[in-house]
Amino acid sequence: MSLSKPLAVVNGKVLLPDGSITPGGVRCVGDRIVAVGADAAPHEGDRVHDAGGQLIAPGLVDYGVFATDKPAFHFGGITRAALMPDQNPPLDVPARVRFAASSGKPDFWVHPLAAATRELEGEALAEIALMRDAGARGIATGRRWIGNSGTMLRLCQYAAMLDMVVCTHAEDAGLIGQAVATAGEMATRLGLPSAPAEAEALAIGRDLAIAELSGARLHIRQVTTRAGLDLVRRAKVKGLRVTAGVTPAHFMLSDLATAEFRTFAHFSPPLRAEDDRKAVIAAIADGTIDVIASGHDPRGAEDKRLPFADSAPGMAGAETLLPLTLSLVREGAIGISRAFDLLAANPAKLLGVAAGRLEAGAEADIAVIDPDRPWIVDSGKMAASAGNTPFDRQPVQGRVLALFKGGARVG
Amino acid sequence: MTSAAYSSPAGSAAFPHRDLVGIAGLAPHEILYLLDEAEQWVALNREAKKRRDLLEGLTIINAFFENSTRTLLSFEIAGKRLGADVVNMAVATSSVKKGETLIDTAMTLNAMHADAIVIRHGSSGAVQLIADKVGCPVLNAGDGQHEHPTQALLDALTIRQAKRAFNGLVVTICGDILHSRVARSNILSLTSLGADVRVCAPPALMPQAIEQMNVQVFHDFGAALKGADVVMMLRLQLERMQGQFIPSPREYRHLYGLTLDRLGTAKPDALVMHPGPMNRGIEIDSNVADHLERSQITTQVEMGVAMRMACLDVLTRRARGAEGWA
Repeated sequence: MSLSKPLAVVNGKVLLPDGSITPGGVRCVGDRIVAVGADAAPHEGDRVHDAGGQLIAPGLVDYGVFATDKPAFHFGGITRAALMPDQNPPLDVPARVRFAASSGKPDFWVHPLAAATRELEGEALAEIALMRDAGARGIATGRRWIGNSGTMLRLCQYAAMLDMVVCTHAEDAGLIGQAVATAGEMATRLGLPSAPAEAEALAIGRDLAIAELSGARLHIRQVTTRAGLDLVRRAKVKGLRVTAGVTPAHFMLSDLATAEFRTFAHFSPPLRAEDDRKAVIAAIADGTIDVIASGHDPRGAEDKRLPFADSAPGMAGAETLLPLTLSLVREGAIGISRAFDLLAANPAKLLGVAAGRLEAGAEADIAVIDPDRPWIVDSGKMAASAGNTPFDRQPVQGRVLALFKGGARVG
Repeated sequence: MTSAAYSSPAGSAAFPHRDLVGIAGLAPHEILYLLDEAEQWVALNREAKKRRDLLEGLTIINAFFENSTRTLLSFEIAGKRLGADVVNMAVATSSVKKGETLIDTAMTLNAMHADAIVIRHGSSGAVQLIADKVGCPVLNAGDGQHEHPTQALLDALTIRQAKRAFNGLVVTICGDILHSRVARSNILSLTSLGADVRVCAPPALMPQAIEQMNVQVFHDFGAALKGADVVMMLRLQLERMQGQFIPSPREYRHLYGLTLDRLGTAKPDALVMHPGPMNRGIEIDSNVADHLERSQITTQVEMGVAMRMACLDVLTRRARGAEGWA
């Protein structure tokens, strides 16, 4: 890589780390950015990419995905993703973490999250320090909450010692049981096993108490209810080291989307009531939510063309992460720089990687984006390995025109 | 006996649906049309010779992915009395439960050119899933906790035979509302036909937001029974309880068992109904279940056959090229 010529992306509007947008470009030497903005003029012999007046933004950092099919991520402008340990077999031993960490290089970087417990069963602690040294950039409890509070406390104490972020799934295990929907009119009419939305606040309440007790850094991967968000908001005021994430499904859709047993609207945690959806948007706007991630989980017919309760949760989200987040900008909920904090800077900070911002010294992960370009989501033509999206046929705006990873063009 | 309040449109406009997946989506006049159609079969079934070969040459497959004796038998008799070739496919719950198998099974049935498929499945929404994949009418014989439309129709027919009209009737449904597809279908049909529906259960067996389905919610059985015209008891699925939902069957009976004493709270001519099979001595006492004037439980079974004959007849009319339906 270092042998290739320096890269200069020119003639664009550069999104700077302070949130301002300035005419100019980005110049990179090797895999690093060396200059941004007006003083990033190309030198003799540079590879020059003309951004055509469009937005030059950091490559997105997608915190918490279940699969890493590169074409989908590149389509979506994503240059790095934190991979959930819920793989088959799970990322609960150093060798698998090491393999996952190198699986996407050089054009897409995968940052594995170490399984908190062996087999992700929530009982015995996994070899977290060994996995850290094999490349794990955090710890995750997986798709499930750790029901045993003793285990969770010991995990958090250990993570605090290692200064690693614990990424949790917030649904009280005892309340959810086999639930696949949020208790309410829709679940009642459909006859789906359901749990009250309060299952989330219950789980968050305990995890915050444990985080406070242990001093661990807690990242709640998806906070989807008003009550849960209120707890996070208060914890932040109190000074706890807690961050929260969400995926577009929970700010775009409510449980009405599950009508007619649409399994593409089967999520974990399940879609919530309309009031909760609005609370998520408010929390994105006021800073309670730090990260928007795709939760990318492509699933074929064998996992989705099933009765709702038997189907797998999740959606192929990498391609729609950017446009759906930009819809919040168009609605006026957030500004464009805040959108990229949520999509790049904050998740990069959580992972502890020098990316997610366009500044000298950072990794040359750069996306040239037309935030207004309209296109229509088509589940039949997606770059992902499967087209399971609840947003099929939906018109969206925002498209990546060019993508660079470590200074090399990848999309 | 047709209802005076509605006159059904001619031909397929009377029931324009290909399938019967649920009561949801049916207009009141469509429900009444099916009830009207069933009357002739009630009469036929009381004759010595109970056959009219309307469906001769047609193949009906009963695909039951969940154990059933009564409903399966009822559908089988209904099909046979109409002259159809009826095949039962009983799939043990354990062997076929997940995976593409369900869709594969549907495709297989479809390839055999069934003229109607009757399906029971343990998962809510499974019947709709199959209906979307096959080219013939599909009848839902119960899917998970979602719907059991023919049960609701036969219950409505039973009620109409005794009470003549639905408007203003107070119907109390008591039992495990949470897990009951019978309750959901009955709520939809009875509220749509104008009855005042009450549901009664301990909180753990009451689904959240059920009041959004236009019912009154009760936890006190006595209050729920007061002035009721119809008392519909649901089976307590003992295998499901295990101390998680109720402390014990005898405690359940203590609060929610329909005893002769409690029945006295309802109207003097209140009907007693139960979709069966009953747990005698738990949700319903024997002297209530067997009450000659009040219990409609065997009538329900009788109406079940007639109602299913009507559904099979109506849904196969297009395939048979019936006048106005082709």
